[in-house]
Amino acid sequence: MKFTKAKFLTGMASGLLAATLLAPVAAVADGHELILPSLDYRTGPYAPGGIPYANGYADYFALLNERDGGINGVKAKVVPCETGYNTKKGVECYEKTKNIGSGALAYMPLSTGITYQLIPKVTADKIPLVTIGYGRTSARNGQVFEYVFNPPATYWDGATVAIKHVIDSEGGADKLKGKKIALVYHNSAYGKEPIRTLQALSEKMGFELTLLPVDHPGQEQKATWLQVRRNRPDWVFMWGWGVMNQVAIKEAASIRFPMEKFVGVWWSGGENDVLPAGKDAHGYKSVVFTAVGDGFQTHEDIKAYVYGKGKAVDASFEERIGETHYNRGIYAGALVAEAIRKAMADNDTKKPTGVMVKDAFEGLEISDERWAELGLANFTGAVKLSCADHRGPSKIAVQQWDAEAKQWSIISDFVEPMDDVTTPLIKADSEAYAKENNITPRDCK
Amino acid sequence: MFYRETGQFKTNYSDDRAIFPIAQDRYGIMILLAIAFFVIPFTVDDYWGNAIFLPLLIYALIAMGLNVLVGYCGQISLGTAAFMAVGSYASFKLMTSFPGLDFSIVVLMSGLITAVVGSLFGLPSLRIKGFYLAVATLAAQFFIIWLVNKVEWFYNYSATGQINAPERTALMFPVTGPNAPILYKYFFCLIIVVLAALVTKNIVRGRIGRQWMAIRDMDIAAELIGVRPLTTKLSAFAVSSFLIGMGGALYFGVWLGAAEPTEAFGIDQSFLILFMIIVGGLGTILGSFLGAAFLWLFPIAFKNFMVDGLGLSTAMSEHLQIILMGGLIIFFLIVEPHGLARLWQITKEKLRIWPFPH
Amino acid sequence: MSVEFGFFLETVISGLMAGVMYALVALGFVLIFKASGIFNFAQGVMCLFAALTFVGVQEKFGLPAWLALPAAVGVMILLAWLIERLVLRHLVNQDPIILFMATIGLAYVLEGLGDLMWGSDVKLLDIGLPQGASDYMLDNFNLYVEKLEVVAAVIASILVAALAVFFQKTRVGRALRAVADDHQAALSVGISLNTIWVIVWSVAGIVALVAGIMWGSKSGVQFSLSLIALKALPVLILGGFTSIPGAIVGGLIIGVGEKVAEVYMGPFVGGAVENWFAYMLALAFLLVRPQGLFGEKIIERV
Repeated sequence: MKFTKAKFLTGMASGLLAATLLAPVAAVADGHELILPSLDYRTGPYAPGGIPYANGYADYFALLNERDGGINGVKAKVVPCETGYNTKKGVECYEKTKNIGSGALAYMPLSTGITYQLIPKVTADKIPLVTIGYGRTSARNGQVFEYVFNPPATYWDGATVAIKHVIDSEGGADKLKGKKIALVYHNSAYGKEPIRTLQALSEKMGFELTLLPVDHPGQEQKATWLQVRRNRPDWVFMWGWGVMNQVAIKEAASIRFPMEKFVGVWWSGGENDVLPAGKDAHGYKSVVFTAVGDGFQTHEDIKAYVYGKGKAVDASFEERIGETHYNRGIYAGALVAEAIRKAMADNDTKKPTGVMVKDAFEGLEISDERWAELGLANFTGAVKLSCADHRGPSKIAVQQWDAEAKQWSIISDFVEPMDDVTTPLIKADSEAYAKENNITPRDCK
Repeated sequence: MFYRETGQFKTNYSDDRAIFPIAQDRYGIMILLAIAFFVIPFTVDDYWGNAIFLPLLIYALIAMGLNVLVGYCGQISLGTAAFMAVGSYASFKLMTSFPGLDFSIVVLMSGLITAVVGSLFGLPSLRIKGFYLAVATLAAQFFIIWLVNKVEWFYNYSATGQINAPERTALMFPVTGPNAPILYKYFFCLIIVVLAALVTKNIVRGRIGRQWMAIRDMDIAAELIGVRPLTTKLSAFAVSSFLIGMGGALYFGVWLGAAEPTEAFGIDQSFLILFMIIVGGLGTILGSFLGAAFLWLFPIAFKNFMVDGLGLSTAMSEHLQIILMGGLIIFFLIVEPHGLARLWQITKEKLRIWPFPH
Repeated sequence: MSVEFGFFLETVISGLMAGVMYALVALGFVLIFKASGIFNFAQGVMCLFAALTFVGVQEKFGLPAWLALPAAVGVMILLAWLIERLVLRHLVNQDPIILFMATIGLAYVLEGLGDLMWGSDVKLLDIGLPQGASDYMLDNFNLYVEKLEVVAAVIASILVAALAVFFQKTRVGRALRAVADDHQAALSVGISLNTIWVIVWSVAGIVALVAGIMWGSKSGVQFSLSLIALKALPVLILGGFTSIPGAIVGGLIIGVGEKVAEVYMGPFVGGAVENWFAYMLALAFLLVRPQGLFGEKIIERV
């Protein structure tokens, strides 16, 4: 093909244009804003889980802006950045957003992989990283992980509550002896998280643990479920994400595994995980740390102020408000907003910095009354973080799917996880991390 | 007018064999290197370093490695990410087992270890040819990732199989870990990439490179004129894996700082690097750089343009970007099937006779 | 029948069935490779795109499934025509690797387009295909056989039979085979390459639609559907890129091999071996037969 001068010139011009486009645009709007990057994913294989969460987080701050005029009069600006659940894009997004305006105040990547990537970076840049029910469990130890917070529950807590549920259903801890439990997990850092805890518990309680990894993306799990069929475990736990969840639920139904003995972690407990499985999913359970549904004042306000005024990022989402992943996004938003409010009050400023927000997190207390004031009465348990304890009190329940009514319902009390089991494991893991990376644990007195 | 070799006489053989026989090319590359060494380092911040230049350099290095194998020796490989993983895990084990070891030595040794593993998976190439050979490298891809994800020794028995790069220095300058200044990281990668490019360029235009190309163009004919397939193919696998392994060590140690095997070294990563060399130009060193630049920078530039410039939602911009990316790849192939490097070459030829094209 | 043997039988049956599902995806690759020598990287995305269109027209325009099916087929044919017009026509006579790269560009475009048009949420695909284990087999023989996969096997056989008739008995089929043998010779006897390409890509699109529906009724239609192409890769390599029976037999071998390996070897080495085992198996076969199971013998001349 003939190569003309015009083509050459267009090539050069587009090259120059591209170079200028690489520069991040410092989004400075009128006046001061609270910069809250949202490293979310609305595309790629994990988009169905990422979309509701990202919407919840964005909608909560849109609500604060529309209803209250921001936090103490300062508007919050949620800066979305698409990661596609990909750690490399996550790094790019982080670097791009961290210096916008007066600097980012908190990060929440909704990906265990990106969390691991960002832990050293946020510590160096002094920006809090808030991982709600995901990320690195041992980050609970604030002495080692100064800038990482994981309220109100970690994967290990989820695993212990799942075991507690088994104990309740079987009628006593001694009944677990000789029982078989299988863990079907996403073969990645995320899925491997609960293994240590379950191993420790299996030694303590005498049940037999079978590990069944499923490789990304998890479209084909025949072999896994054949093994379940052969071993006939009494319970199956699942740490899955994305398409793996739906396929696993279908396969479990196919081999006639009783759904009420199939318990997923909270990330395997979204509407999009059970809906595609249709009536097969009836009775499937998952652990959860937020209430279900949209029957809260905040949700009403979001419908009125955000969707009603056309301020939502994703306007078509309105009828899905109240999905479990969405509620987690709201939870994350509320937590960050409260920390910023506290940082403003403690330092008597309207321009908090990452360090101030971190300090605020370490003294953050959201009582049940405060949750009610926020329009989220009985939404979740109280929060109380400290310098040494970056998780705080934890309350986890079990929810069950009703395929007829197409909704989750909470079937147990909100119970505390077994901290006696996880604390030594957290200590060991965080100390190993500190040693490997030459971190001297700070003094929390 | 400005780009013309008229009047540049070579008076000895070494002039004639120079990498850049034309003076303008020589000055051009010198200016480029001068910018890379003396201008960029002092303007680079965290964003430009971590999101633009480091990945660019590291991907270029890895693409160069793959180009040796695919572009020069004609052996197709879909296991690049696995060899990157070997380099990464080798560097991780070396860093944690010998804390005092200089990081530059770690990178070199990671390259060597990867070269050994790569040659091993190159053995089937002696029997299987063409696209069927992809199966050998695909086996490497899935087997190696499975291995490092499963055997706890590789990730020092941590709870989840993630690995983190501790802080290490190269010649007293910290280059890994979160606190290492971006300036040192950039310089470290730049020096390694420039040296690797220089060495590779010289290998491919020397005896070994010519043997590779002979095998690529027609292996039976090459064998008949005395090129030994065993040593030639395996040396291509070894050199390629060496570069990819060094790239992997930088990718994990300097750039990402932490890695999860299934995600950071997945098969999509292998494909990405293959795309880089095809778009950039098979069998050219320049193409590795151009391809890496195109496939890494274009999505970022487009994202910035759509989201910050036009105010589109991130999801919409991602969808449009991927459509445009695909469209551009097809467009480039139709305009010039032999990659961006060939496009550059044509540009040079045009320049030579400009402004009197006929 | 002992319990252990019954379970082994189950594993083999599941493997065979999974193999058929892989072969369904692999078929599309083979069709295009056979007729044009292109390794179509976009085949996986075509499955996603076809299934998305099928579900999308039902959701957005409220069409019933029996109407949505021809609509989706129509879209796939239109797509084939567009691909020929905009891409292939301009790349005649290029190296295979260039054409391969063009299909990568195509994959990107289709992926973005599918998401843009129909959204990235999971979509339920239910056209009333039987689901779950067969009660009859389970109750009478204590054998676990998935009904959906039996349906898939039946559909795959019909598809292969139809393709065989199409290739062997029709005029177009003969032209297709001529093109597969030798482009230039086919051109010289007056076969239009462009028409042939449109036909082949349309057929591959329809095969992709079938594969997309089968896989999608299992997991819902979502992005991950495009990744099933990875499962077809070892099947293709083993079966040879140019043979339709090869795709089927290769699928069955890979399916059984990986299931047996995962179930019997997996527990001893920590599981998740099926992915690499499939490739190791294919590698072992290839070391004995470098041109693939059904590939044509490569004759090299200097």
